[in-house]
This record gives sequence, C-alpha cells and structure tokens, in this order.
Amino acid sequence: MSMPDLDPRHDAPGAGVTESILYLEGVSVSFDGFKALNSLNLIIRRGEMRAIIGPNGAGKTTMMDVVTGRTRPDTGRVLFAADTNLTHLDETAIANLGIGRKFQKPTVFESLTVFENIYLALKTNRSVTETLFARIRGEQRDRIDQTLETTRLGARREDLAGDLSHGQKQWLEIGMLLAQEPELMLLDEPVAGMSDAETEQTVALLMEIAKDHSLVVVEHDMEFVRNLECMVTVLHEGSVIAEGPMDSVQSDPRVIEVYLGR
Amino acid sequence: MGPISTRLLALESRRGWATVMVFAVLALVVVPVLNLAVPPGSAFHLPTFWVATLGKYLAFAILALSLDLIWGYAGILSLGHGAFFGLGGYAMGMYMMRQIGERGVYGNPELPDFMVFLNWDTLPWYWFGFDQFWFAALMVLAVPGLLAFVFGWFAFRSRITGVYFSIISQAMVFAFMLAFFRNEMGFGGNNGLTDFKDILGFDLSRDTTKVGLYIATAASLLLVYFVCRAVVTSKMGRLLIAVRDAESRVRFLGYSVTNAKLFVFTLSAMLAGLAGALYVPQVGIINPGEFAPAKSIEIAIWVAVGGRGTLFGAILGAFAVNGARTYFTGAAPEIWLFFLGALFILVTLAMPRGIVGVYQSIRSGQFKDAIGRRLQRVDA
Repeated sequence: MSMPDLDPRHDAPGAGVTESILYLEGVSVSFDGFKALNSLNLIIRRGEMRAIIGPNGAGKTTMMDVVTGRTRPDTGRVLFAADTNLTHLDETAIANLGIGRKFQKPTVFESLTVFENIYLALKTNRSVTETLFARIRGEQRDRIDQTLETTRLGARREDLAGDLSHGQKQWLEIGMLLAQEPELMLLDEPVAGMSDAETEQTVALLMEIAKDHSLVVVEHDMEFVRNLECMVTVLHEGSVIAEGPMDSVQSDPRVIEVYLGR
Repeated sequence: MGPISTRLLALESRRGWATVMVFAVLALVVVPVLNLAVPPGSAFHLPTFWVATLGKYLAFAILALSLDLIWGYAGILSLGHGAFFGLGGYAMGMYMMRQIGERGVYGNPELPDFMVFLNWDTLPWYWFGFDQFWFAALMVLAVPGLLAFVFGWFAFRSRITGVYFSIISQAMVFAFMLAFFRNEMGFGGNNGLTDFKDILGFDLSRDTTKVGLYIATAASLLLVYFVCRAVVTSKMGRLLIAVRDAESRVRFLGYSVTNAKLFVFTLSAMLAGLAGALYVPQVGIINPGEFAPAKSIEIAIWVAVGGRGTLFGAILGAFAVNGARTYFTGAAPEIWLFFLGALFILVTLAMPRGIVGVYQSIRSGQFKDAIGRRLQRVDA
C-alpha cells in the first residue's frame, strides 16, 4: 500500500496507514450546506490514546458518527485497522468489527439491571437464534463480575440501570464498551456531569483501559484532557487546526484564537 | 428480581406457577365440568352460551398477548394487529367453507355459495388446499407471519418507529378492510364467510363441539402464554427491552435491531393469526369488519388496561374490557363507546401501568401516593 499524501502536521513518528487503527482521509460531511466536517484527516495509531477537543460545532460528534456508521460522509475514506473501509457499513457491522462507542448523553438500558446491561454487551454471537437460545455461561459471569469490578459497580449489580446516578451511568456505559472487547473505543465526553472525584477515578480507569485498547476521547474538560497525558487533536470548523501534546497545543496561536482564548 | 441465571432457568416464580395452575384448572376443568357434568336444572350449571362467550374472551386474550409481546417489550405499537387476526380467521373460515360442500344453498360441491352467486365457475387458485385442515392450519400461521415479515422488513429496515409505525400499521389494516369488502377478492365481500356446518367432522351447532372449541382455545392460550414467557425471559427478551429503552445503543453494541424486531413482530403476527382461527369457529362468521381500524385500536386498549409488558396483564385486560362490553351491550348499549373512551382516558392518566401496575403498587403500599401525585400533576 502506498503512503498517501497527507497534511504534514500529521507526520507524527510512525504515523502511516499501515500502523493505523483508524485512518480518516479527506472526510467531508455537510448538513443542508453547513460543513460539519471539512476534508478532515486524522490518523490514530494502534494502541494510542488520543484526545479530541474543539469548540461546539467543531465536528467532534460528527466525526464519531462517521466512524461508527451513523452518518455517511459525502467524500473521503475511513479505514479501520488499515484495511477495512467503514463508509459503506452500518452501525451493527462496524460494532462487530471491534469499534465501541460511548454516547455524549449516557445511554444505558434503564429497565434492565446493571448485570443485564453488561450481559447484553458481552462479545458473543449476536444472531437472533443465538440470542433466543443463549444460556449464560460461567466464564461470561466471571467476565461480567470482572467488568463490574473495574467500573466500581459491583455493589449495584442487581439494581436497575435507571436508578444509577449520572456518573454511574457513564461508568456502566464504559463497562458495556469494555464487555464488547473492542479494539478501538470512542468516548464522547465521558466525564460530562461528573463530580471532581468521579472525574479523577475516570482518568485512572481510562489510563487502565488504554493499556490494551486504542482510545479516542472527545472532551470539553481541559483539566481532564491534560490528565490523560496523551496526544491532543484540536478540531475547528470540521478540520484539524493543531495536533500534539497538550502544552504545545495550548500555546498554538490559532488554537488560542478559536478556542482557548475565548 | 433475582440473578439472571435463576430467571433464565425458571419461566415462572413459585407464585407465578401457582397462579397459572389455578387459571388452568379453572379454565380447562371447572368450566367444562360445570357445563357438561352438572345438569341444566342445577344452580351450578354453566349455560353453553357463557362457555362460548368465555371461549371468545380466551381468543381475545391470545390476541392481547400477541400485541403485548411487541408493544410491552419491544416498544412496537402496532395499531394494525387486527389484520393478522383477521387473516388467521379467514384461513380457518376458508377451511370451514370448503367443508360445507353440497350442503350449501346452491348445492355446489366445489364452490362456496357466494361464488356461485357471483357466477364464478371455478375455484380461485388461492382457495386450493383449504379443504384440508392441516393446510388451513398451516396457513393460519404462515399467511400472517409472511405478511408481518414483509411489512416489518420494509418498516424496520427504514427505521420507522414510534407513532409513524403505528400510523402505517393502521393504514395497512384499513387497506385490508377495503380490499376484503370487494367481491372480486374472492373472500365473500361484505358478508364474509359464514354458514359454517362443521369443523373436523364435528357439528358446530352441537354444545359438545362448542365446549370442545372452548377447551382448544383455553389450551392454546396456555401454550401461547408459555411461548411468550419463554421469549421474554430469554436473552432475546432482554434485548427487546433494550431496543425499547435505547434502540441506537443496541445497534452500537453490534446487534441487528431490524432482525430482533422482525423476529418478534413475525412471531406476534402468527400468534394473532392463531387467535383469529380459534375465534371464527366460535362466532360462526368472519367478515371485513374484523379489519376495521377501531378494532385494532381496541386491542391496544385491552393491553393498556391490563398493564403492558407483563403478559398476565394483557390476559386480564382482554377479559376485563370484553366482560364490560358484554355487560354494557346488554344493559345499556348506547353508553358502551363512552365507557370505552372514558376507560382509555382514566387508564392513561391514573394507571399507566394498568391493572397489574395498580395491584403491584397496592402490594408495596405506594398506591395512594402514586394516585395522589398523578392527580396533582393533572390539576397543575
């Protein structure tokens, strides 16, 4: 495969299509003339944690919609693991490839228990007949317990997900993502509405998850992003305006102008 | 709610089993004995009229269960379930029409009376096979199932949900009504199919046949109830609730929402077809009136009154509303529709979880509070 001609700002060491878990090239999406994404280029390397920041309307959520199959891009390529084109697949197929997504507003199954929420998320054959005749196995139960422990929800195991606090719902959704065993996790504002203590715990949790997953985190909370100690990409009006460690990004004059300086 | 394994292993709690057994004994033993074994003069004798009426309610209970399965669990409100009920009924009616044979008014061994009346000389192709009970029984399930599969495939694939789905399902049943009213359709037009003589060789006018149909319906209700329980207690049942709560989350987990909905919608339509097939021999007629949109809406009222998402509530609701209808149409027919409307408003405002919900909150002591709070909200 030939190296594509990309914006030079993307030439982070080793960044190329072959090492990428997620590769976006020239992706544009417009809604009624409004360009939500404007020939966006983005490369996430395998095993990397990346934070994406930007003002409202910068295209952060639209970028996730494009990757997960909710929105079809007008132009551009989206490759998963360097070889699978995602632009013609639907949400279900993309999820089964190994891409998990957490929504901005915590979305869990409120009338099911915490345990059942994770059970449904577990990586397994998801066809109708398998789902109809499935019986829970010992190792699945262990895996659920392990996930509940990681997300500190063990004590709420049999409670309805609808009775959880806002922060706990965020954690449950992250737990569901973990249970899916994805290669790439996309998290849309994982600490929105969390207390400081919960935010701190979430940082620790994400650092733990990042050890064996590729992670893309969209966030408004700058302190949180700084604590993640990872590469930061700044979006503005649907394209990348800066990329690098938090300190260099924060001192970039364009970034200060469009986002941080306001 | 216990851990998932115990819920997967046992379809019912101990109390649940006890309740089901009581109903099974009442419906399958007590009612037939009171009718057949107790002499007509006795105060304990149950007249055949009441057995047949109960049999009708049981068929409606199956229909209510079929709607509760999709509405209460998967959040799909079909306002066209009368179409599946009607088609199941027509399939059974076609079998019974063919059984009439030479005993019809025109004495034609091959053609039902209405075809002779229309000067048709051959049986339309889609009537072939209906002289065999096994074929008709197959069609009772297959025709509604196929229709639901095709209709559902288009609707669910295009992600038509909520009120939009309800409206197009209502339009579908209305289209069926208009089509079946036409004589050229070959289903008896306005008059439908009637004047049935016997079923499987049993004379339909005999009391024992009526009790037999009643027992078959009661046994079917029991079977359908357990089929529905098996679905809702399986992992699929949880997936359906998940679809109801957050459909897009289910997609991002990697499940096909379309396939899950198609499965449950098709199953539900087949159960509704079965209900129709059990209903028609008991009332002796099937006509396009069964496709009237209001009839389909009424099924939703039964389920709402009983308490959706509980299965048991659907059965209760079908009995409660139809029992009220039988009473009102005898005592004060002119206020029946007002009563039905008032019931729907009352249930929506004061008891959104239906009879079962009220029972549950009385047991947990929250009933007074809940009613008080709700009425306050209405005042404000």
